[in-house]
Amino acid sequence: MTRPTPETLAHSARRARTAAEAPSDADRTRAASPAVPAARPAPAQVSGAGSLVRSLEALGVDVVFGIPGGAILPAYDPLYDSTVRHILVRHEQGAGHAATGYAQATGRVGVCIATSGPGATNLVTPIADAYMDSVPLVAITGQVARPSIGTDAFQEADIQGITLPITKHNFLVQDGSEIPRVLAEAFHLASTGRPGPVLVDIPKDVLQASTTFAWPPTLDLPGYRPTLHPHGKQIREAARLISAARRPVLYVGGGVLKAGATEGLRKLAEMTGIPVITTLMALGAFPDSHRQHLGMPGMHGTVAAVYGLQKADLIVALGARFDDRVTGKLDSFAPDATVVHADIDPAEIGKNRHADVPIVGDARHVIDELLAAVTAERAAGRTTDLSDWWTQLDDLRERYPLGYEEPSDGTLSPQYVIKRLGEIAGPDTIYVAGVGQHQMWASQFISYEKPQTWLNSGGLGTMGYAVPAAMGAKVGRPDTVVWAIDGDGCFQMTNQELATCALEGIPVKIAVINNGNLGMVRQWQTLFYDERYSNTDLGTHKHRIPDFVKLAEALGCVGLRCETAEDVDRTIEMAMSINDRPVVIDFVVGKDAMVWPMVPAGTSNDEIMFARGVRPAFDEDDI
Amino acid sequence: MTIHTLSVLVENKPGVLARVSGLFSRRGFNIDSLAVGETENPDVSRITIVVNAESSPLEQVTKQLNKLVNVLKIVELDPGTSVARELLLVKVRADRNARGQVLETVNLFRARVVDVAADTLTVEATGTPDKLDALLRDLEPFGIKEMVQSGLVAIGRGSRAITAGPALRAA
Repeated sequence: MTRPTPETLAHSARRARTAAEAPSDADRTRAASPAVPAARPAPAQVSGAGSLVRSLEALGVDVVFGIPGGAILPAYDPLYDSTVRHILVRHEQGAGHAATGYAQATGRVGVCIATSGPGATNLVTPIADAYMDSVPLVAITGQVARPSIGTDAFQEADIQGITLPITKHNFLVQDGSEIPRVLAEAFHLASTGRPGPVLVDIPKDVLQASTTFAWPPTLDLPGYRPTLHPHGKQIREAARLISAARRPVLYVGGGVLKAGATEGLRKLAEMTGIPVITTLMALGAFPDSHRQHLGMPGMHGTVAAVYGLQKADLIVALGARFDDRVTGKLDSFAPDATVVHADIDPAEIGKNRHADVPIVGDARHVIDELLAAVTAERAAGRTTDLSDWWTQLDDLRERYPLGYEEPSDGTLSPQYVIKRLGEIAGPDTIYVAGVGQHQMWASQFISYEKPQTWLNSGGLGTMGYAVPAAMGAKVGRPDTVVWAIDGDGCFQMTNQELATCALEGIPVKIAVINNGNLGMVRQWQTLFYDERYSNTDLGTHKHRIPDFVKLAEALGCVGLRCETAEDVDRTIEMAMSINDRPVVIDFVVGKDAMVWPMVPAGTSNDEIMFARGVRPAFDEDDI
Repeated sequence: MTIHTLSVLVENKPGVLARVSGLFSRRGFNIDSLAVGETENPDVSRITIVVNAESSPLEQVTKQLNKLVNVLKIVELDPGTSVARELLLVKVRADRNARGQVLETVNLFRARVVDVAADTLTVEATGTPDKLDALLRDLEPFGIKEMVQSGLVAIGRGSRAITAGPALRAA
């Protein structure tokens, strides 16, 4: 009998890290059929909890976010001695979003831990959030002991049942011997194919009982075979359409970032000269400053991007899902466009918009193979002149650039604050937004040049995402500056994690865009509810409750306040100079600023409003 | 709307039926009938689902089903090339006067009497949903006290078989 030495464990940890967290090309290909382990160390006698912690170590996990409680308590004992860093959060929702922020900033699997019952149900929102945004997340929850399951025991909740519709898959561990395999499967499922959250629920008696730990386990997932390589015929057909289109656009979604396909995307765009549109989830996949970048599509997209999709004769969708915020009223979306739709998830193809050329595959493979196929088309002399198309788009960009008006009441403009923050902090900073007006302004007025520099809750639209996600991002990339841009509404949902940041040495920076209101809701009340402001005034202006500076200080952070345009740069620079503690800036801004352009919900993209009461004049004769 | 019969091979594990049926309701589909049982391979169960849907939403639900990690294979069974049966147990009022006529109907449909009481007969019948509907229509006038019906089970005609394939055997 040979016991696993630290070296063999470290070796398998490294290997597991490559396989589960930063899939190389070879690993991605192999992902569907687990490799046969060469030499397997003899099983070790451990508790279920010991097996769990050793599995996490073997999987290369460096950090987990969590809170202990009754049912998960056995796991916290071996965790005490582990190389895995545990960050004690203040609320399980914080653990979940932190794991998500960690995953989005690093591309690795984020891990959160909670106890049974309320601990587990507090993870529901971040799990749903990760599901909508395809984030590789593994949530580990304690469950009441097996004999108590189904008896309404203290702190019992059927978290497996609750999370069925919001996880890629979930497990209820029935026996300690399953733990290494289930953990390995959870990481594999979370990080391969279309990434997503996986929940592992482990009863307390399973954690306590003695079992064996052997690594690496053999994965048993016969029904899981993601298609990574696209079909050659479909690629050639797409290349043929690209070479013949007169008004093509590349519609780029978050899948391109997740596949690490941004270099290929740039080559494809530059070779073909096709305009690029990046969705909210894809900001940073293509440099904002690039001449071919039209901006973001959808409800608050640029006029050029919305028009570009709407008038296109060919849409090449890469890792995007024709979300309702992008298409507007579906029947009238891009009526003349032929659609090439490439996605790793076959269920996304044709779900909302019919795909003329469906391509199932990983965005990196799709783009690489498209590059080769388009090169062949060009070598055969097949290409079209896009200069008329560009003339139209450039004209729109010139006439309808992103912009804002200074508030007439002399208050501080939120757009100005966000714009200056982006300019001062620069393109290497990670920006993490909450949900609402500030999120849209952050997407519009900061220039994203690199992948993994923009984190937000796109699909679920989770207010309260920013602070904990920024914490997770900073833990994953400690040498990078992390700025959360949050609203005063969002900030009041999850700011308790600043205590975690202060105690654990996670110096995030938070810009609270404090307009005293639930701003986006208020904007809709202004536009669609006759300016009847029902329950959107939070009192953060009127009564200064809470006082965000005092709150920040109470949470162990530096609190700063900025109320005038003259102070904006100085305050941001002061925050940039503090690196030993979290910093919160309370930017007191005007409440009447609105997000423009806007396609009102449920209407056609043709109805885009450039500003209140201003519709862009599209010259229909142009096309 | 058209009736579709889906044969879904799944891993025989706890909770898989909940995953499958939950997906249908979540995506807004009504299940007309559902039957589950073990297959020739005890690690694999077969779920036969009858749904009433247009073909494009059906394609979406099939793709979503395929995403379930425990789902191994999905085949749509074409009525022309498959055999489909339901099982019916029905308790019919049959006093001394009516008994003869009830038995005549039972024989006509090649059904069987499985239990006899003073004033009722319990009848077992298998067949296509159409045949069972016809039987029920004919028994109705005598008075149906209670009935229970299974979900549809179906299998393709000919020698070709639907199996989970090499992926499962390798595992």
